[in-house]
Amino acid sequence: MTRPVRLLWLQSGGCGGCTLSLLGAQGPDLVSALELAGVEIVWHPSLSAASGREARARIEAVASGEEPLDIFCLEGSVMTGPDGTGLFHRMAGTDEAMMRVIERVAVRADYVLAVGSCAAFGGITAAGGNEVGAVGLAYDGRQAGGLLGPEFRSGKGLPVINIAGCPIHPDWFTQTVQQIAAGVFDERDIDEWQRPLAYTGHLVHHGCARNEFYEFKASAENLCDMGCMMEHLGCKGTQARADCNIRAWNGSGSCLDGNYPCINCTAPGFEEPGHEFTQTPKISGIPVGLPTDMPKAWFVALASLSKAATPARLKDNAARDRMVTLPRDKARDAAAAKPGKGKR
Amino acid sequence: MSGEGTRLIMGPFNRVEGDLEVRLDTSLDTVVSAEVSSPLYRGFERMLVGKPVHDALVYAPRICGICSVSQSVAAARALAKLSPAALPEAGAHAVNLVHAVENLADHFTHFHLFFMPDFAREVYAAEPWYEGIAARFRAITGSAVREALQARASWMEIMGLLAGKWPHTLSIQPGGSTRAISRPEKVQVLTLIRRFRQYLEATLFGDSLEAVGELASAEALHAWSEGRSSDFAQFLQVARALELDRLGRTRNAHMSFGAYELGTGHLFAQGVWVAGAVQPLETASIAEDVSHAWYAQGPGAKGPLRDAPVPDVQNEDAYSWCKAPRLGGQVVEVGALSRLLVEGHPLALDMARKGGNVTARIVARMLELALVVPAMETWISAIDPEAPFIDHSALAPAGEGAGLTEAARGSLGHWLRADAGRIDHYQIIAPTTWNFSPRDKRGVPGPLEQALEGTPIRPGEEEPVAVQHVVRSFDPCMVCTVH
Ligand code: SF4
Ligand code: SF4
Repeated sequence: MTRPVRLLWLQSGGCGGCTLSLLGAQGPDLVSALELAGVEIVWHPSLSAASGREARARIEAVASGEEPLDIFCLEGSVMTGPDGTGLFHRMAGTDEAMMRVIERVAVRADYVLAVGSCAAFGGITAAGGNEVGAVGLAYDGRQAGGLLGPEFRSGKGLPVINIAGCPIHPDWFTQTVQQIAAGVFDERDIDEWQRPLAYTGHLVHHGCARNEFYEFKASAENLCDMGCMMEHLGCKGTQARADCNIRAWNGSGSCLDGNYPCINCTAPGFEEPGHEFTQTPKISGIPVGLPTDMPKAWFVALASLSKAATPARLKDNAARDRMVTLPRDKARDAAAAKPGKGKR
Repeated sequence: MSGEGTRLIMGPFNRVEGDLEVRLDTSLDTVVSAEVSSPLYRGFERMLVGKPVHDALVYAPRICGICSVSQSVAAARALAKLSPAALPEAGAHAVNLVHAVENLADHFTHFHLFFMPDFAREVYAAEPWYEGIAARFRAITGSAVREALQARASWMEIMGLLAGKWPHTLSIQPGGSTRAISRPEKVQVLTLIRRFRQYLEATLFGDSLEAVGELASAEALHAWSEGRSSDFAQFLQVARALELDRLGRTRNAHMSFGAYELGTGHLFAQGVWVAGAVQPLETASIAEDVSHAWYAQGPGAKGPLRDAPVPDVQNEDAYSWCKAPRLGGQVVEVGALSRLLVEGHPLALDMARKGGNVTARIVARMLELALVVPAMETWISAIDPEAPFIDHSALAPAGEGAGLTEAARGSLGHWLRADAGRIDHYQIIAPTTWNFSPRDKRGVPGPLEQALEGTPIRPGEEEPVAVQHVVRSFDPCMVCTVH
């Protein structure tokens, strides 16, 4: 009989939001998803019964190599401050810096998963002056390194797998773990930031309900308007890598469906955009952050052309918080205009 | 071994949000005194200084993944102090709905995933109620876990509709909600609320929400629970067997900032409840003491609109990153029980007569589920889908103000000063900062520290199970506490 796949989860400098998002997994729920994959939770801070001494013993058994570990998950940034001591996060019940515990556990695992943008790149905890020295497991922002160093490889020879996002969509995690447990996750499954391609093979722009507005550069002016948010409201959907508009959040939503722009939370450095999040930086009226792969001259030419051709319906609706002009079936209008031909 | 003068260190505490350590000085069979320590510091208050004011709405929710909407509401209210805008009624309803979904999800999650699994511990194996409780509530594998996760996920679909996503929604703005609700969506939301009501009535309570909400005394509650097999009734039976109402007593000072602002006031009133009497809340008398926390010792005590403590690991008297907020110098407890006491709910008043306690805190959360779901049904029905949901008046570049709200765990406040469109100063006091505060400079312990004094220790216990119940009865959120 094969033993279950053993998963250990630790948290450090984050908000717990990735775990909370994960509890919202649907079809199936989180516990069922893990069970179906044959995964056993060695310890998880929000779910397990074991606390205190018993929890410490389980973590220690893994850190010392006494018990095997297949998957190690870290949620939250690694706290290296103050002055490299890691004392901004001491593991409760011990005097040890959490940074050291993470390091000791990570080197024992076959697969190491950074869950959320904090654990991947430092994330929101690294914002501002980053006085706390928050870094990711294998990245410090865009810089390779982080806690484990650029050369780090887990037991199965893979770099840290960065399930980036703030927070993660539950499926991004459960599907990655299912792939790992099935023994079919390898280097081909990650992108240049080591994120699972299963969700970063898409742009957030794909499937956005505002795509038609985008085509005609019919733009939203205020948060709440229905038009495309790229031109004025800082939307980074055309550059951001994730499937948020293809895979529903909480049953039916996405940031864009909530009428706010994509802030590219799956990317390193998203926490310091260098401008107000909901404003688009422009140079002589042209957005600085153009769609991925698009030459600027073409964008300008196409944008002016499409603006000239914007249908009235889109123009009417773009800067509104609900549809005022609806699409209409012309055949219905034509039929109505020819009286006497229809049946009574 | 526990014995005369022993010191016990408990941690990591799990099934609480974030990191917590509790140190106990014990005699043979009781806790003599406790020190509560928050061992993680991230520094949001300092991170926010210098940012464009609006960006607070991106950073603030990320203080906490379990109450991100509460953080957004507090930040949006503080920002609203820089604007002449009045919240349109439909927007206020939408914000209250989103906020209520989160708060109730917290109560629901706490009961099933965080609190009840402790009764499936081995120490209780000989109790007559053990088998049933353990099978239902055991961590991860208990039958309630899966059912609760599914009911919770379907409840959170309201977030997908009204807020785009959760956690870390950005739809809550100083002028209202970015998401207008259409006529068909109103019915969709109402249907989702009814679906949750169905689960609560069938499984959690085994009775209508209205019947639970009207229970008016401890005696009536007792009678109600007899012979009932619902999850809540089972908790009440265990609570009585273990006398959980004698555990985790606090000294009867409670505060609420007021929950769910409606045009006419709050659904749950604002105020302070001290030994049976409600008094008005004086927010100007709130100040944080850092004598036992790892911050530089400044003059301090001018209140959160002026004080901005700087971290300092050298403070030798310190044992936590949590500051010690006080109201007029006094320790106060916050949370669902405090809200219902200030509101004057008869059952809460009856249960807390001798002080806040473990049973009363859990009952108060369950009561809120029974009281708020019906209120939500009226809010969604009252929304006019043709009306505006947001006011776009610009924020003044300079000014100051506080944003006060109630998170699931109690009173949450954000205090900010802005200058030239940027944040000049930002301070946050979260519910668990009140409840799990360390001692102040007069040596007065915080609410949990007080509640732990006198907690019984079973023979040979190194990590007393009663301490686990007391700690979790507050539903602590440690990432908020220090932020
Ligand atoms: S990535 Fe975002 S949601 Fe996840 S822990 Fe960090 S701040 Fe919280
Ligand atoms: S709002 Fe953003 S994601 Fe949607 S169409 Fe416009 S650019 Fe693309």
